[in-house]
Amino acid sequence: MNPKSLKGKLLLRNEINLSDESIQQLLQSNQLTTIPAITKHTFHYQCNRCMTTKREHFAMIPCARCHTTHPYCRNCLRTGRVLFCEKLYLWAGHDAAWPEQLNPCHWEGSLTRHQLQAAEAIQKAATLTGQELLIWAVCGAGKTEMLFPGITTAIKEGKSICLATPRADVVRELYPRFQEAFPNTEIEALYGGTEERTGTGQLVIATTHQLIRYHQAFDLMIIDELDAFPYHTDKDLHKLSQRAKKSHATTIYLTATPRKKEQRRIEANQLPVIFVPIRFHGHPLPVPKLQLDISLQKKLKQSKLPESITTFIQSRAPKRQFLLFVPTVEMLPQMEEMLKGFSLTFTTVHAEDPERKEKVNAYRNQEYDLLITTTILERGVTFPSIDVVILDAGHEVFDEAAIVQIAGRAGRSPQDPTGEVLLIHQGKTNAIVNAVRQIKQMNEKGSKL
Amino acid sequence: MKECYACQKGIQLDITWSNFLLPPVERFLCEECEEKLELIGEGICEKCGRKMEAGDLCSDCVTWDKDVTYGKVLSKNRAVFTYTPFMQELVAMWKFRGDYQMIEVFRPSIEKVFRRHFPKGKAKIVPIPLTEERLYERAFNQAEAIAQLLELPIENALARKAASSEKQSKKTRKERIQSENPFILTKSLNSPVILVDDIYTTGMTIHHAAKLLKDDGCSQVDSFTLIR
Repeated sequence: MNPKSLKGKLLLRNEINLSDESIQQLLQSNQLTTIPAITKHTFHYQCNRCMTTKREHFAMIPCARCHTTHPYCRNCLRTGRVLFCEKLYLWAGHDAAWPEQLNPCHWEGSLTRHQLQAAEAIQKAATLTGQELLIWAVCGAGKTEMLFPGITTAIKEGKSICLATPRADVVRELYPRFQEAFPNTEIEALYGGTEERTGTGQLVIATTHQLIRYHQAFDLMIIDELDAFPYHTDKDLHKLSQRAKKSHATTIYLTATPRKKEQRRIEANQLPVIFVPIRFHGHPLPVPKLQLDISLQKKLKQSKLPESITTFIQSRAPKRQFLLFVPTVEMLPQMEEMLKGFSLTFTTVHAEDPERKEKVNAYRNQEYDLLITTTILERGVTFPSIDVVILDAGHEVFDEAAIVQIAGRAGRSPQDPTGEVLLIHQGKTNAIVNAVRQIKQMNEKGSKL
Repeated sequence: MKECYACQKGIQLDITWSNFLLPPVERFLCEECEEKLELIGEGICEKCGRKMEAGDLCSDCVTWDKDVTYGKVLSKNRAVFTYTPFMQELVAMWKFRGDYQMIEVFRPSIEKVFRRHFPKGKAKIVPIPLTEERLYERAFNQAEAIAQLLELPIENALARKAASSEKQSKKTRKERIQSENPFILTKSLNSPVILVDDIYTTGMTIHHAAKLLKDDGCSQVDSFTLIR
């Protein structure tokens, strides 16, 4: 193991592939320090790795290492069990030094006027320290490209950069794009089950959970999809992203659908914001069409296909792919059964699907006409030319942000900038109404530019 | 809200008269996962305790009985659950991820099934040991965790040789059967013994351990496992 990969890290003993002697040496030369893995407070425990303090995350184990019965962290199990009697190893030596690059960015595309405005603001923030900046850009505004100038500057200045995003699919999609744009920079893509983990990336693209192994590591922290699950509901993830960046780091937030909390901070002038209300190809966002079906629940219970889906399939452009969003995993096999009669090639995908990666790629390569999915594909993933249908759009999983995001999957390509978005519901919810209003407002703002 | 130990979804507790009036029984699995647990019922192989429609011995046990060395060492094995993919997942979370508390999921069934098959309590319990290295890594021995629920005296009469540290679950059946005895006896018991382990797959581990105890003069060696 390369001792370099310890820089900026917070690790369990069994995550460090070095001999006891080498670790002793690093400890004695103050390049590593240790902290207790779990701290006992008066009324609760705290895991210093995942930062949880929830009582249900701690359970007792009669430990064969120290022969006492003590707590361990159940919240950490997926990334490695943490015992009360263990220590965490914390890098305390010099910061990582990166190879000097005069011209790290090999991306040859160009930015639109609105993208450029946001990109310049990011670039400026990246050179400074301790800045916060929110980029409020509609779905399909080209957020990734807007980041390139800022990241270029940061690499030139020898900074460590993290791009944290809530979903593994997004990490997998962004990684090759950044590799292409920054071919001489060491980039790491981290998500649960990553094959490659060098631990020495200057640019780390990771799911937020992966930050569990970092401590004061990044000068520039970019938090993508700020409003997405699980980030916006999980305070411990906020603590992780706070811990992963250096105290003087600059933080950039990206979102298409900010939550109330951020909107309040924007209104109170506490959070600088750049607004990009127009897609990179300049066309407006597709406005969802609503289709009421008053006996929708009954039909779904009886496994009858709602007529609106039949009509949609029969009237759609035959070469166009489409995504069908359903509220629950349990509905996937049911839909599969109901759609068997049509001359469509399709498959289903959900979060725990072992072939999730392959299926999404196959769909992207146009091997299927239709992909039936849960909300896991609501954001981040780009398919150039598709229509979107939400079945049972009134279900609670489809909140305002989710509907705006799902609608934003359609019409992403400049060659095919329109796409149909159909919401099949049994009675409008506030989320549906607000989402449609938000999309219309953005289009209005965009048309005035 | 409490999370299901298997699927991490929240557990909904319906209010019924029994849990309204009595202190609630603590639950560790959601209803859906609870249903996936497959208890071994009445129809079993008389020897190894696997689930079987009819007849007295399964083909595995017929082979074992003919074995010159190991044929007579084990009287019977009894197990709690069948080895389903779901069970495999639970045991992986328990042993390999190290979620010790998973024992709570199995506890009620272990206690009930053990009492049913071993009602008279004169025997001593001998849990199958781990190598020292693996015990340190895992911080607990799963066989001992089961043994502690059985309300009989536990005797750590066996130790595992360091050389045989390769995980059983990574070996093929043939490799397991040909392997040399990985245990050594650390104590003489001279009493009936019930061996305890998490899983009976080919039966090799249990037969190795039983052979040592039987040769040392234990009058009867049975075994009890979580899974068959």
